[in-house]
Amino acid sequence: MSETHSFYEISSPPGMTGIKSWLLTHDHKRLGLMYLAAIFFWFNVAMILGLLIRTELMSQGRTIMGPELYNSFFTLHGVIMIFLFVIPGIPAIFGNFFLPIQLGTDDVFFPRLNLFSWYLFMFGGLFAIISLFVGKGFPDTGWTFYVPFSIEVDTNVSLTVMAAFILGMSSLLTGLNFVTTFHRMRDKSMGLMQIPLFTWSLYATAWVQILATPVISITFVLVVMERLLSIGLFDPARGGDPILYQHLFWMYSHPAVYIMILPGMGVISEIIPVFSRKSIFGYKAIVWSSMGIAIAGSLVWAHHMYTSGMSDVSVFVFSLLTFLVAIPSAVKVFSWVATMYKGAIEMTPALLLSLMFIYLFSVGGLTGLVLGSVGTNIHVHDTYFVVAHFHFVMFGGTGFAFFAALHYWWPKMFGVMYRFRPAYVGACLTAVGFLFHYVPMFILGIQGMPRRYYDYLPQYETGNFLAGFGGYLLCAGIVIMFANLLMSFRQGVAAPADPWGATTLEWKVPSPPPVHNFVKQPDIMEFPYDFSGIGNQPGAGARTGDR
Amino acid sequence: MNREIDTTGIKIGMWIFLYSEIILFGGLFVLYAVYLHRYPQFFSEGGKELDRIIGTLNTVILLVSSFTVASSVTAVQRGEKKKCAALLLFSILCGFGFLVNKYFEWGAKIDHGIYPNSERLVNGEPGENIFFGLYYLITGLHGLHVIVGIVLLCLSLVLLLTGRVTAQRFTMLDNSGLYWHLVDLIWIFVFPLFYLVL
Amino acid sequence: MDRFNSERSSHHILGYRQLAAVLAGLLLLTGVTVGVSYIHMGFFNIPVALLIACTKVTLVLLFFMHLKYEETIIKLSFIGTVIVLVTLIGFTFWDVAFR
Repeated sequence: MSETHSFYEISSPPGMTGIKSWLLTHDHKRLGLMYLAAIFFWFNVAMILGLLIRTELMSQGRTIMGPELYNSFFTLHGVIMIFLFVIPGIPAIFGNFFLPIQLGTDDVFFPRLNLFSWYLFMFGGLFAIISLFVGKGFPDTGWTFYVPFSIEVDTNVSLTVMAAFILGMSSLLTGLNFVTTFHRMRDKSMGLMQIPLFTWSLYATAWVQILATPVISITFVLVVMERLLSIGLFDPARGGDPILYQHLFWMYSHPAVYIMILPGMGVISEIIPVFSRKSIFGYKAIVWSSMGIAIAGSLVWAHHMYTSGMSDVSVFVFSLLTFLVAIPSAVKVFSWVATMYKGAIEMTPALLLSLMFIYLFSVGGLTGLVLGSVGTNIHVHDTYFVVAHFHFVMFGGTGFAFFAALHYWWPKMFGVMYRFRPAYVGACLTAVGFLFHYVPMFILGIQGMPRRYYDYLPQYETGNFLAGFGGYLLCAGIVIMFANLLMSFRQGVAAPADPWGATTLEWKVPSPPPVHNFVKQPDIMEFPYDFSGIGNQPGAGARTGDR
Repeated sequence: MNREIDTTGIKIGMWIFLYSEIILFGGLFVLYAVYLHRYPQFFSEGGKELDRIIGTLNTVILLVSSFTVASSVTAVQRGEKKKCAALLLFSILCGFGFLVNKYFEWGAKIDHGIYPNSERLVNGEPGENIFFGLYYLITGLHGLHVIVGIVLLCLSLVLLLTGRVTAQRFTMLDNSGLYWHLVDLIWIFVFPLFYLVL
Repeated sequence: MDRFNSERSSHHILGYRQLAAVLAGLLLLTGVTVGVSYIHMGFFNIPVALLIACTKVTLVLLFFMHLKYEETIIKLSFIGTVIVLVTLIGFTFWDVAFR
């Protein structure tokens, strides 16, 4: 491959240098990295908060903090993790970086809007920080901001929901950009069924972002309006209906769960075929199941509200619909497993993390069915069972997919190879810690321990202690993984263009890619996962990982 | 890599933005539908208290301005710059007319002691409180959109006069127009649902 | 399916007369909806008012907003948005209508 300058060396628009070339960039790759930096920061903050919460709960009574601080901390943990890590995580970082390359084009459709989204993201984060230090401190409502508490409490709810509003805008504009790019910038010779699955999953996600986010925006506006003007729309004494708040909230926040998980599934659909050296099983089924999840997932919001006092008919209907979501999710899991069957498996950290994803996500999904059926839900509603379930999906699912994506695309983004052994150690420690952390919570939930409480009865102490212990293992594992990735800069082992033997377009350009991504017009393969040209050979870069 | 400006792509982006606006108002219409179902008689009585004449007048104003904006897009494509500018100016004036009407309408309501958290609404019937709460929220948010629409139209007018909106390149005008029509679209639903209900 | 048109899609220009006819229709329908509101049909006033509003909105969309002449993707996604909106309102009634 001819010597080309990477996007680190040439700015877009041209002629800018230093910090300016980053802060004013139109380059989707630089923006992806800027998101990575910001999200990395927020993830660590929220992880530390989570660890502090678990430490507090490791023994009965006051351990390290008082109840008010505890309430603020779990709210802050939820708000940061949801709005500043899980929702933007994969689309904003890897989507921005790889969607245009996978489509064979040089940038997203609206590069300046893309930069604007990043600034909105930063402002949203800034708002969240400001709300910590002004007024009566960070809200203690939980990330759901349920009325009437969120309207009456005198902590800084208004500022925090405005932060979430701005972050929603950022996510919406990113979705807008992706859809337009998908339709208008795709390489002319690339048909709809030749698009890589990661990009397909981002496309499905983008539509959910576009059509669901405005509902949360207006809901948050209503909360602020109620706090400022006390209209009484959710106040039963004045004719309002607090359950409607929950409807509006979950109309966004349930689809948001699919905003979080769909890109993760897309990552896994990329990684599994590459390291099985085998074409993905059921490409079309995966594409359609992405769209199916996006649609079905938007129809099930009220399954968060079985015990809130809504009608029995509604409980029945939403329970039924909830079970439907299991079908497309299962189609994906089966396709991944079937792809590996009789493949030439080559183990790498990215694949290991993907396998962990499949296992943990399946557990999360299946316990979702326990929660989706009304009878069992009423028993475990608002207990630790729910906490464990959604952490299995969000962390075991999206979180592990995020780590897998980091390990898969790291050589492409930074042009350096990391070492495999520490990555394996970190990943295994994370997974073991994860199970220690959340499996006790399932048991605690079935025993009846309510979520979000500051203190608990003596019989729950063992479980909570174990969970806290697991939390430390988990964080240690994550630190090892991150440290290993960061160490790769010091070792400076250059990554080849295609270290894994992968076939999608991003592996056909140099690592890191040049500023316009493609040096020459890309060859679009008839099918994006055709490994016949590569055979069963291990990837060129894989050996450098074992050093 | 220089490519020609892809107007269709820009339009797709604009439409997607409009979808998000539609859903934004949609959230309020969810509340409207539920509360109409719960308090039909209060919505009916509340609707009778609103000024139908101002409401109808505002509907006509918005429809006419929508027509002039659509015509201005036709004019710019045909290269009739002066006509286009005049049509835009007229549309902007219509927008201001709408806001002035709205000001008098809200003013009259507030004089009657009908505003969020007013004594009358707090101590009165719950259904009435909800009706006027929604009335202020939806027309308020709509009014905000009218203001944004006016700003966009003004911007287009300036760009037209400085020669940056031309027969070859009028995306800015086109998109401002789309936004203005959206404002109209929402009003077409707000008008019967509040002023003429039952 | 969307086709990739690199050449500029020929832009359809609506004539003033056509636009004026649409405006006339809209004003007429406004008159009708105001008139109908004086006839008391109880519950049926709402569907009638909504039907007229939908007709007006369709006119605005198709002609003023040019939707009739846009690409398939815009038409399809617009219909999708409407379906989402109807679903959001409709499915809430599984709850509130049966409480």
